[in-house]
Formats: sequence, structure tokens, C-alpha cells
Amino acid sequence: MIVEANTVRFDSISLDSGATLAPVDVAYETYGRLNASKSNAILVLHAFSGDAHAAGISHEKGKTGWWDNMIGPGKAFDTNKYFMICSNVLGGCRGTTGPGSVNPATGRAYAMSFPVITIGDMVRVQRMLIDWFGIPRLLSVTGGSMGGMQALEWAVSYPDRVVSAIPIACTTRHSAQQIAFNEVGRQAIMADPDWNNGDYYGGKPPARGLAVARMVGHITFMSDDSMREKFGRRLRGKETFGFDFDVDFEVESYLRYRGSEFVTRFDANSYLYITKAMDYFDLTNGHGSLAAAFERTEARFLAISFSSDWLYPSYQSQEIVRALRARNCDVAYVELESNYGHDAFLVDVAEQTDLIRGFLASTVEKAP
Amino acid sequence: MSAQPARKQAFVRELLGRSDYAIIGDIVEPGARVLDLGCGEGELLEWLAQNKGVEARGVEISGAKVQRAIARGVSVYQGDIDQGLADYPDGAFDYVILSQTLQETHRPRKVLHEMLRVGRRAIVAFPNFGHWRVRLSMLVSGGAPRTKLFPYEWYESPNIHFLTVLDFEALAAVEGLVVERRYFLAGRRKVTLLPNLLAEVAVFLVSAGRLS
Repeated sequence: MIVEANTVRFDSISLDSGATLAPVDVAYETYGRLNASKSNAILVLHAFSGDAHAAGISHEKGKTGWWDNMIGPGKAFDTNKYFMICSNVLGGCRGTTGPGSVNPATGRAYAMSFPVITIGDMVRVQRMLIDWFGIPRLLSVTGGSMGGMQALEWAVSYPDRVVSAIPIACTTRHSAQQIAFNEVGRQAIMADPDWNNGDYYGGKPPARGLAVARMVGHITFMSDDSMREKFGRRLRGKETFGFDFDVDFEVESYLRYRGSEFVTRFDANSYLYITKAMDYFDLTNGHGSLAAAFERTEARFLAISFSSDWLYPSYQSQEIVRALRARNCDVAYVELESNYGHDAFLVDVAEQTDLIRGFLASTVEKAP
Repeated sequence: MSAQPARKQAFVRELLGRSDYAIIGDIVEPGARVLDLGCGEGELLEWLAQNKGVEARGVEISGAKVQRAIARGVSVYQGDIDQGLADYPDGAFDYVILSQTLQETHRPRKVLHEMLRVGRRAIVAFPNFGHWRVRLSMLVSGGAPRTKLFPYEWYESPNIHFLTVLDFEALAAVEGLVVERRYFLAGRRKVTLLPNLLAEVAVFLVSAGRLS
């Protein structure tokens, strides 16, 4: 299916930091059809480096969506049944207002004058979009990694707007380790002279710093097993070591490729702002405890984690589930066996398809 | 015609191929909140949800089984029964079911206590180690008994706490549990006489005593 990207503009938004942002553009795509009672809408929330193009083939570039194997006719999120919505997050660089957008007050890119944003702010913008669609309640909110964090934020902040939530490979708050990896990425960007305190728009972007940040990211997305399987100690295009600092190993070549490819599609300042939002995220904020955060939640939950995911380990998903059980909420949870590490939520399609299809069907059955 | 109902009464119908399920299906009233421990692929919970409109939840340790349960729309949590109930608030359920699993738990006494903390009533079904075939098997072979009900080699058996009908009654008495109903089965046949000798499977409906 060929899909069109759309943009809607909202006048302004008040942010958790106290700042106001005006106006706010939101890039989104939809798949499937909204039914007459507007009861079949599912909001898909993308991960850190994702965008609104979750499924189908994009109209301009012919690119396949990042969760195309899960969204479409007959797939886990069956577009013959459900109306799927995906939007680029606030602070992003793929059509929604972010640090690379032009500040109407100055006529120049916001750069570091862009206000620091939170996961809560991202979700507030998404709620404006859902209001704009006139959808009273979402049948489900779902996503992996940072997308799962947004799904949780939805269930806690707007409990009367969410029938179910499917948080995948995520957490209620970043651990020291997760913050640490994000900080390494940020420092790599800011250490690049081309970063120029964020003021590089129209000039040379901090490509080297951003590429290094992405290389670190890709290490955390894989597992020891999957790296051994994929690369081992194989050399890249040579029989013996080069005895220099060019690429020797396959894994080096892969990381360099991933890094340089990322630079062509992602803005370094968005990297700073979005990772900061993830690090600030703590579902217990303003609630005291996790169970208290879920106090008003009536949603059904399906939580999924992956055995080899050490970036968002299963214990973090289990914390979500335990808090929901303490509230006697309707929650299903499984840890899927996988070698793919954190990447599994994008790769292990068959198992997730069975789970999500069954969960959504029973959610429709139980819905009032 | 007249003889048939009388003969039928001696038999329990089967639910999903199991007589203990049929008994559980009869006990649980419509709309109840039910937690099934060791729920496998969630067949019983699915049946109870569809036919009795219960609010169904399950706990199962096998990831593959949890996957199939969720795929059929049942809310199942992957976890260990021995530890897994602590999160639930008191009285969260009307019935907590433990079907053919008590003998596999590490701390059966604690599991029973937890069941009656989170549930108003517990339904416990277990294979009776006091059945005459088990006794005979051990007497004749001199080795760990192997029967239709206990088919495993001792080193492969998931059963780590063998118990009989008498043992359960004794534990219930010591713990001050109230046995509200008891059912004994040999295959699909109801056992009324000498249950500890003749029953292959026992199903107990228990509630916490007034003191606890």
C-alpha cells in the first residue's frame, strides 16, 4: 500500500518545563479506515529514531515503514479491522516540530533554544492529534522501547481515553545504565566541533559525533549472541589484519555503515532532546508509586519483553506488570525467547503477531 | 430410560476432555473473578470466560504456553506460582484454581495460604497418591511407583510433593481451612466409597477458616 504523509498544525502547547511552544506541526500517517463509531483506532508510538512512517510504501521515497511487518491487511495490526495512526514525536526531525524547525519569532532554526521536552509532552501532542480526529477512546496504544514508554504515559495520563495498551520492551523509568548510554551518545555529538553549540543548520552538521552516538546505540540494540552470529570475528574484505586503523572486522564495517547511514536521516539536536526526554521519564513522577500511577487506569495491558534484551531487560517489564497486578488490573505478560536483543521487537514478528492479534480480538469483545 | 439417569449420576461429564474441569466448571458461578494457577494454555479460563462470563486471569511458568493462552485472548502472566501471588491484593478473586499442580509446587502450604489470601475460595484438584494402583505398584516393584496417573521415572517427574486425600484433609484440619465440598474421581466415575484408596483425582473446594 502506498501511503501519504500528512501534517497538521496546532496553535501552541504548554510543556512540562513551563515553556510554551507555538505553533506545533505534527507529521502523521494513517492506515485502514476509521469506523462510524470511531472505536477501532489504534495509536502506534515509534521508538527513539523512528518516524510517522510505520507501514506501507511511502509516496515520495518508496520506503517501507519501520513496522510494516506488523501493520497491514491480515497482519498483527490488521488494517482491515483497525484504523492505525502513527505520528512523529515532538522534538523529532521527521516532520513534527523539533530543534531543527524554524522558530517563527526569529526566522531561524530553534537549535538549542528549543525547550527541553518530556515523554509527557510528546503524549500531550498526540492527544491533540487524537482530539483533532474526534476519536473519544483509542482501542489501543502500542509501541516498543520509547514507544512503549509513551504507551504507558498514555494509560496513566489519559486513562479514560485508552481501552488497552501494549507496551513492548520498555520501562517505567530509565536505569543508570540506560541514562549512561544516552549520555555517551550526547557527549559524542557535543564533542564534535561541527556541533557548534547546536548551531549548525545551513552549515556542516556534526556527522562524526552523531555517527559515533549511533554506533553505541546499535551495540545496545543487539545481544552478544546475535553479534557473534552475525559477525563473529570475520574480517571485512581481507584475509589478514591490515595492521592499520582502517576497517578490519565485519562488525566495525557494520557499525560504521549504520552510523553514516543514520546521519543522512537524523538531526543531532533531536538526538540530544529526545534522549533527554527518555532519561527524564519516570512514570511514578507526581504519583509516589507505580501502583498509584496506575490508580485510575481501566485499560487492559499486554506487556512483552525479550529474553536477550539487555538494554530494556525483562525485569523492567515485570515491574510494570507487578504494579498492575497490585491494582488488580487486567494484564497479560510474556517474555519471548529471542537472540536478537532489543532489536527483537522489530524482528520477531511471528510470535508478536499471534499475541497481539489474540489480545486485540479479545479487547474488542470485552469493550463496552 | 429409568435406569439411565441413575447410572449417569455415577459419572461426571467431561469438560475439554477432563472430569476435574467439569467439576470446576460447575462450582464457579457466572460473573465470578477467577485466577487459575498453572493455567497452561488457558483452555479452562477461556471456557469459563465464554460460558460463565467470568473475569479470567492466569499464571503459567511456560512461556510457550503463555503465548498460546494470550493468543486465545486470555490474560495470562508468565510467572512462578511459588512466588507469583505476592503482588495481588487481598480478596482480589472469588476463586483461585490450582488444578493438578499442588504436587509440583516447592512450598505447597504457602501456596495454599496465598490462594486463600488473594481469593475467597480455593479449588484444588490433585492426583491422589494413595490410590490402590500406586500402593500396589510400589509394593510389587519395590521402586518408585509408576501408574497411568504418575507415569514418570522418579528422576523426570515434575511431582515433588506427593500427597493423598488423607494428607490434604489433615493439612486442611491443621491449617483451619474449611472444606466446603469434596469430589473424588476414578476416570470419569465418581467415587463415594473409600476415596483415599479408590480415587485417582480429588477436587477440594476450600475457604479460609474464621480465625485466619
